[in-house]
Amino acid sequence: MDASQVVKRVKYKSSVKAPGIDGILKMTRERFTFRPNDPSKSQSLNVDFRLIKGHKSSKEGSGKPALLNITKDQGGYFFEFENFPDRELCRDFVAKAIIANTSSGASEKATPINNEQLSSAEMQRRIKLLQEDSELQKLHQQFVMGGVLSETEFWATRKKLVDVNASRRVKQRVGLKSDMTFNVKPSSDGQSNRVTFNLTPEMIHQIFAEKPAVRQAYLNFVPNKMTERDFWTKYWRAQYLHSARNIVATAAEAAEDEELAVFLKQDPILASETRQKIRKVDPTLDMEADEGDDYTHIPGHGLAVENTKDELEAQYEPFKRSFMQDINRHAAVVLEGRTIDVETADTRTVAEALASSKRVELAKEASNGNVNQERLDRISRMSEIEDLQAPREPPVAPLCIKDPRDYFDSQQVNATNQEAGTKQMKSRLSTSEAYGSLRVFISEIRTVGLSDPIVRPEVAVMVFNGLTQNISSSKYQLGKNPHESILDTLPRVTKEELLLHWTSIQELLKHFWSSYPITTTYLYTKVISALLSYYVEFVPFVVIFSM
Amino acid sequence: MTSVTTKQYTDDVSLLMVLVDTNPLFWSSTTTSFSFSKFLSQLLSFLNSILLLNQLNQVVVIASGFNSCDYVYDSSLGPTNQRVETLLQKLEEFVSKDEELNRDDSVDGIGSSLLSGALSMALCYIQRVFRSGSLHPQPRILCLHGSQDGPGQYVAIMNSIFSAQRSMVPIDSCVIGSQHSTFLQQASYITGGVYLRPQHLDGLFQYLTTVFATDLHSRNFLQLPKASGVDFRASCFCHKKTIELGYICSVCLSIFCQHHKKCSTCGSAFGKPQTSDSTTNQKRKAPDT
Ligand SMILES: [Zn+2]
Ligand SMILES: [Zn+2]
Repeated sequence: MDASQVVKRVKYKSSVKAPGIDGILKMTRERFTFRPNDPSKSQSLNVDFRLIKGHKSSKEGSGKPALLNITKDQGGYFFEFENFPDRELCRDFVAKAIIANTSSGASEKATPINNEQLSSAEMQRRIKLLQEDSELQKLHQQFVMGGVLSETEFWATRKKLVDVNASRRVKQRVGLKSDMTFNVKPSSDGQSNRVTFNLTPEMIHQIFAEKPAVRQAYLNFVPNKMTERDFWTKYWRAQYLHSARNIVATAAEAAEDEELAVFLKQDPILASETRQKIRKVDPTLDMEADEGDDYTHIPGHGLAVENTKDELEAQYEPFKRSFMQDINRHAAVVLEGRTIDVETADTRTVAEALASSKRVELAKEASNGNVNQERLDRISRMSEIEDLQAPREPPVAPLCIKDPRDYFDSQQVNATNQEAGTKQMKSRLSTSEAYGSLRVFISEIRTVGLSDPIVRPEVAVMVFNGLTQNISSSKYQLGKNPHESILDTLPRVTKEELLLHWTSIQELLKHFWSSYPITTTYLYTKVISALLSYYVEFVPFVVIFSM
Repeated sequence: MTSVTTKQYTDDVSLLMVLVDTNPLFWSSTTTSFSFSKFLSQLLSFLNSILLLNQLNQVVVIASGFNSCDYVYDSSLGPTNQRVETLLQKLEEFVSKDEELNRDDSVDGIGSSLLSGALSMALCYIQRVFRSGSLHPQPRILCLHGSQDGPGQYVAIMNSIFSAQRSMVPIDSCVIGSQHSTFLQQASYITGGVYLRPQHLDGLFQYLTTVFATDLHSRNFLQLPKASGVDFRASCFCHKKTIELGYICSVCLSIFCQHHKKCSTCGSAFGKPQTSDSTTNQKRKAPDT
């Protein structure tokens, strides 16, 4: 009975925003008390659990304080805990205390399942699981927050889930962010001309991965030629110039500062990598063949085309940079993922690791020399001048299907077998007579006009009955066709709601049966007051399901 | 698909392509209790209702005849006050032209209309609409079909069905003949359209307005008739026997119940089956070439 009372260090607040008073919270089965550390403060509490209607708590792991709100009919009490495990413990305790005090046969002898003290890693895992699985989160909210099950009981049946996820998580590596760091908006104080850029190790990694020239420049310049701070200042200066889109000013600044020019000019390492990639593309690839395949009726893939000015002189050419290029490069790097395994904030290490991983890649490529030869052969084969070649046997045989009707018969057999008594239809007239009568019918309607009424009311009723009978009889069709379920015929929202109830019932039943045999009063209380009353709410749904 | 939907006016503006079966032998067949003029009267009222449902709605009618098919009406062209006259005039001209093309006066049964051609024309029209102008209505195809399926059109029709599926154009089928149409069952099943064979043809208009007038957006909220279990199991080409497991020619996709040396459909030579391997390998055999 170690959980017959709980004592924790907390801050008591009259509202969420209030500063709070440090003190000790003590909870027993019947009541909770709060005693401030400073005896001169008068906000001590002594509240009977019978007055308490419920409890709420703040979200975990969101950087917010661990709050617990114990609610009365009117108002309530806020307690801020030092950590989440403390809060969890007290919350479970409050939940049980409320149940014990509201149910008629409340007894002092109730034996709750011992609350384990959770490690923060365990806690993180649970939070993660809840965040990833919205269904689990709903169940958790409904039962644990609602006080039907305790946190421990809820997770007890899911030990495997927590463990499996833990072992799997280790293997997965986090990829790069898909945001474009380069469009980071500088923060400006609005008064001076000074702008501030925030740079994180994550961003540095991404910049180095996407811009090999910047990475190379860093290795060359820092720390011999300039400090790291100067380096990044120059880098952001360059970004700022680009974002201003004044190519003339950009060129002028580059001419004055040769280090800045490195950032302003197009990336030569990237350019050579691109050239190499282009060389690897199959030269016989027919890009036009794919074109008609797509929604080509949408011009420019929905992107507004940047109008390029022709009058730009050649001297500015190296400073031109298109947004499209940036996006493509960024996408390529993100897709490639983290190529290095360095978990450090040290900029130089990251730069070196990236540079060496690139070198390894290049060396690998250089070693398959015959790939290049193959490619050359292929070009010469494909680009040969037809007139000068002897006629060659076609490498493929033309498809020659003797009788396409076979395909039809292959399926028709089953379809027509279904309807008994298929009649061989015959025309009453010869072909030319039939054409004549068709024309007579058309001219008939041209002279007489449309029939009035179009449909007689009796017929319309028959049609309506026929069409709706189909719908109302659908529940009798259940199970006859395994590919169709009555659930699919319901609107999406209703379907989701039903499925949620279904999982809720399953969860409750699991706990219900696990409580047998009922040996303690605690289990008795749990089964009768919490689970059963909850279950009864769902019985109508159960009936619908079994109909 | 977001890029396509952004080009639509709103979700309830429709382009309805109506394919009308004008096979004269069907309309004069012994089992058709319903005259062509009665049919036209109900169809024309239906088309008018579609155009009244939304000012931006568009209707195109394609006649699929015995020897040819052609557009007979397009609501985006011509005056709006003479719709019926224009359509009937064009239809009459079409029937005469279709008769001129006829060479064969002795037809087995009631023959079939050129559904494949009509479907292709409808899809071409839809593709043109997709590629022109800044906004377009949401297209769908409605087949009013009564003739027997033409086995010779199988490949062409399946190709049309798959292109419709790829362009996300549903094919609705309203079968007015006395037999179900395998083609249209498949077409509606694959493209997510509605397949229906009305029991009371006198009430055709009621069926059309109740079931086929619904635009694609509204269909999300309605329970439209569903084809009750179509049997798509195949039967072998050699004995017309229904099989669950068989040999498929990897060149032409013909199905056989036993191993052959040569494909009877396309003439490809098959290699020997590898009996030592597990049975799963026997499902498909590549030709030897
Ligand atoms: Zn066979
Ligand atoms: Zn074949």
